[in-house]
Amino acid sequence: MITVMSPISRGFHRRRQDPGENAGRIPPGQYLVKDFPVLSAGPTPHTALDQWSFSVSRGDRQKTWTWDEFRALPSQDVTVDIHCVTKWSKLDTAWQGVSVDTLLAEAGQDGPFAMAHCDGGYTTNLPVADLTGGQAWVAYAYGGQPLEPEHGGPARLLVPHLYFWKSAKWVRSLELRDTNDPGFWENYGYHIYGDPWREQRYAGD
Amino acid sequence: MARAALRGRLTWQVARVSAVSGETAAVKTITLDMPDWPEHQAGQHLDVRLTAEDGYVAERSYSIASAPGEPVAITVERLDDGEVSPYLTDELRPGDDLELRGPIGGYFVWGPGDGGPLLLLAGGSGIVPLRAILRHRERTGSEVPVRLLYSSRSLDDVIYQGELGRPAAGVEVIHTLTRHQPAGWAGYARRVDAALLGEVAWPAAAMPLAYVCGPTSFVEAASQALVQAGYPPLRVKTERFGATGGT
Repeated sequence: MITVMSPISRGFHRRRQDPGENAGRIPPGQYLVKDFPVLSAGPTPHTALDQWSFSVSRGDRQKTWTWDEFRALPSQDVTVDIHCVTKWSKLDTAWQGVSVDTLLAEAGQDGPFAMAHCDGGYTTNLPVADLTGGQAWVAYAYGGQPLEPEHGGPARLLVPHLYFWKSAKWVRSLELRDTNDPGFWENYGYHIYGDPWREQRYAGD
Repeated sequence: MARAALRGRLTWQVARVSAVSGETAAVKTITLDMPDWPEHQAGQHLDVRLTAEDGYVAERSYSIASAPGEPVAITVERLDDGEVSPYLTDELRPGDDLELRGPIGGYFVWGPGDGGPLLLLAGGSGIVPLRAILRHRERTGSEVPVRLLYSSRSLDDVIYQGELGRPAAGVEVIHTLTRHQPAGWAGYARRVDAALLGEVAWPAAAMPLAYVCGPTSFVEAASQALVQAGYPPLRVKTERFGATGGT
């Protein structure tokens, strides 16, 4: 491996406010934003709630909820920090959603890995160990309001301890698998796991 | 659809700035000598890392402005409240070193094998990856028909103005100036919406391939209008600011 000594950029200095007591909440290479940037590979899908469903499957076994059934599940309020691979981080974002623990328990399913499938064809892969234990939700509200389509509404995955591309927008199903197959961005050179604290942005990081 | 880009680790490397040229008052193109650059695809971006004397580090992503096979260049818009872009546009000089890694991204890319016709929709500095696509088309001798609709605030804000004024055969460049128009301006002077795309975009029946890049509001409006006009969502590739510019 070649280690490059970073050149000093003369005349470059911090212009953003020192994050102070929040410094420990910002992973390496990230900067804080106050707004909520939108990043997606294609047009924003607009799925009507009466056409929406969510399912958990493994092989031929599948559990499906309609929107009303999904919303009748116990939900949680969570406030978390989020970190996008494009370098922005946002602190104390407030969401409401159904814990993936609840969804897997209701479905009676388990497995080592999951592929999230979304409207628009987007996919992302995660270890189930990162979706359980109170670490992940299918979120339907942000800041007390229904989640806007451009931010992933009606519902998106929320896995705040991984880079935010893992928090798939417009999520419609979790498919449990035996293998950790790459999803959409993972196929285009992004990291298979995506831990922001280890700066796992791209394959091999 | 998926053209998996398998590659090894993206290591940081030190590039030398070979040229800095002004595009508009706020936009510069920085050309780089790269010792070890795996050829990129038109539309990809790279990461820049700056290190201050006190050890402070900032990273940002920028779209690659040059075609595969050309010297790597990025085009950077100066954001007044930005941290990295003012350094790149105001301080960086030819001969300076710049740390970067890439290329990154493999979806918002075009090659001759992807065909067309191409509809390129740019808002502001969203033109940068689309310019790489235009240059790549010309360099590879592709004859895929192209329409570029480029939305700028004013004529002074149009990036690559000279180059876009001399389009290659088969390329139509259509400007819209949303805030200020010069006297006698005969082009469009409105925001990109369904009505404007109805006049400019290829009909969906032509099976066009669309690339939309710009601020979120621009990309949302333009991509929705294309889907409503019958473009299959998978034929509309988008890149929103934040992925590339930021600050």
